[in-house]
Amino acid sequence: MPTWERWCLQWGYMSSDTETLENFTEQEYKYGFTVDIEADELPAGLNEEIIRALSAKKDEPEFMTEWRLRAYRKWLEMESPEWAFIEHEPIDYQALKYYSAPKQKPQLESLDQVDPKLLETYEKLGIPLEEQKRLAGVAVDAVFDSVSIATTYKEELSKAGVIFCSISEAVKEHPELVKKYLGSVVPYTDNYFATLNSAVFSDGTFVYVPKGVKCPLELSTYFRINAQNTGQFERTLIIADEGSSVSYLEGCTAPMRDENQLHAAVVELVALKDAQIKYSTIQNWYPGDKDGKGGIYNFVTKRGMAEENAKISWTQVETGSAITWKYPSCILKGDNSVGEFYSVAITNNCQQADTGTKMVHIGKNTKSTIISKGISAGVAQNSYRGLVKVLRGAENARNFSQCDSMLMGDKCGAHTFPYIEVDNPTAQVEHEATTSKIGEDQLFYCNQRGISTEDAIGMIVHGFCKEVLNELPMEFALEARQLLAISLEGSVG
Amino acid sequence: MLQIKELQARIEEKEILKGFDLDIQPGEVHAIMGVNGSGKSTLANVLGGREEYEVTGGSVSFLGKDLLDMDPEERAREGLFLAFQYPVELPGVLISYFLRTAYNAKREHAGEKPLPVREFNALINEKAKLLELNPELLKRSVNEGFSGGEKKRNEIFQMALLEPKLCILDETDSGLDIDALQVVSHGVNTLKKEDPSRSFLVITHYQRLLNYVVPDYVHVMIDGKIVKSGGKELALELEEKGYGSFQPAA
Repeated sequence: MPTWERWCLQWGYMSSDTETLENFTEQEYKYGFTVDIEADELPAGLNEEIIRALSAKKDEPEFMTEWRLRAYRKWLEMESPEWAFIEHEPIDYQALKYYSAPKQKPQLESLDQVDPKLLETYEKLGIPLEEQKRLAGVAVDAVFDSVSIATTYKEELSKAGVIFCSISEAVKEHPELVKKYLGSVVPYTDNYFATLNSAVFSDGTFVYVPKGVKCPLELSTYFRINAQNTGQFERTLIIADEGSSVSYLEGCTAPMRDENQLHAAVVELVALKDAQIKYSTIQNWYPGDKDGKGGIYNFVTKRGMAEENAKISWTQVETGSAITWKYPSCILKGDNSVGEFYSVAITNNCQQADTGTKMVHIGKNTKSTIISKGISAGVAQNSYRGLVKVLRGAENARNFSQCDSMLMGDKCGAHTFPYIEVDNPTAQVEHEATTSKIGEDQLFYCNQRGISTEDAIGMIVHGFCKEVLNELPMEFALEARQLLAISLEGSVG
Repeated sequence: MLQIKELQARIEEKEILKGFDLDIQPGEVHAIMGVNGSGKSTLANVLGGREEYEVTGGSVSFLGKDLLDMDPEERAREGLFLAFQYPVELPGVLISYFLRTAYNAKREHAGEKPLPVREFNALINEKAKLLELNPELLKRSVNEGFSGGEKKRNEIFQMALLEPKLCILDETDSGLDIDALQVVSHGVNTLKKEDPSRSFLVITHYQRLLNYVVPDYVHVMIDGKIVKSGGKELALELEEKGYGSFQPAA
């Protein structure tokens, strides 16, 4: 099967590989050991015992432990996908640690109880919690290594009936919601990385907005990866009940590192009838140094399900990570549902990005819009991979896709892999693509007006991405602008 | 203002400027005329500081400083403005934002504080009025989808805003119809009146621009150097006799 088709089909099935299975079973026996539940972290390695220990540490109900184990057993049968336009060394899953708590007491009531050193780190990253708190209408649920350490604005949200907590908490406090919706959009059998995540997810965010409620605050979570060798397996589940709406932003940064780190997150969005979910991402993980050493491997599965008249909108600004593998998707199941995908992906130096979206039109009169802007500098590779699929019953489905690439220098690459499958003759599908280069003449023009080269690049790139950046919540637009400039520092001249 | 001595420059391996001399005093308007390939645009680019052009000899002093020692942005902030023959498009970059960045870079260079957005907007509206420029143009991206005439007008507008000490116009008249030519000339003459010490270097192929922007000196450039200098009547003589009658000194 061509690799491309494999990607398109990758909704719930991956071929099994008995050899891998045997390898893993052998290892399980070989590395059999008992685990100290009181320890701050679990030893490296992955087996059923580790998963049970992880689940026990998190004090999870039985159904959760079982779900994790089913996912783990499924994962043993799967192989790592090979179709993306990326290259990396094989990942040794047995060398990773699957649980590590920060060196402090969890369950804090206020920021005063947080380790000041930790707060200092946040400030260095330009995302001070204190300032975040002051930012009008932003609630922050900071995830630092696996355990949530600070949650703010919870009260105001609970007044509106909105549940905004860590997924670990939700598993315990709202098991009925978790049981009903976890895995309903991205099943535990979905793909190699999503299945691994289902088995070992450490923590993440849970949001439930009740019927008819417009969430009064912009929700936001900052993720960071800190402890050595800890793979991060975030799990996010957002449910917007009928007629409700919510906007959520995740922003990620990571400190300097020397080893490749795996990040395999899963995000599931459920937009019930007439509901709206806007999900924005600013991703700025450590991309590795100039020679490609270090950096985060970012293999993410993000998908939303839109019921009748519902709308799901993904906006992403991807500037970090050594490898980005991510296709935020919309299943437009209900009639008149709408899916949107706005993306800026910047790759510099040795970074590789293979990102895009899937829009699956199932309901009648469903609409989707895709705007993708890829920027490559250095020797980086940047690919857009998109699927627009119109099923037989999707009368009058409409899609518009625009994929623009910008190249800086002559050693980088931009690739576009658009894929369109239409099974209904009433569908209208449009695709536009352009490739451009930041020219010496553009830079000289700016210089001649007194504008420095750095400012000129920032300005030209911002102009190129404007349609996407305009989709970001106001508070983050400026941050995104600075991020673009920082990401491309030193890429010209 | 500007002293160019024995300037030699090349692009890739080709020698283009072969000992070029010129002296411009404050308030003077100089015109350089020459056929295609005589090195006119190279001169403009070398003065602007474009990297692809390598200076192999000579010196250029601008307001007493060594011009060749400065980056292009530094030259601009010191007061040198180059109106481009082919202004480039910057898609998605609003003119107002572009100009504010340029304007404030210049202020910062002079040790002044950046001008707040509101005051800056008032300033550009005032300048637009001065040059009879449609303010709607300011809401668009830099040169994106502009007609040839609009691009050239936008160059003159930027020149008015940045208040340079020396304005170099590189074939600003090329591709302009007579109406656009008049608007551009009106702009240049307004700037000249606004600051009598401002100097202009007008590079052109044809005499017709010089009917509107009257030069104090006209220089004929052939094969990388000036072969004859004179008053404004030299332009008319050129028009009559053609470039063929001027041969480079052996």
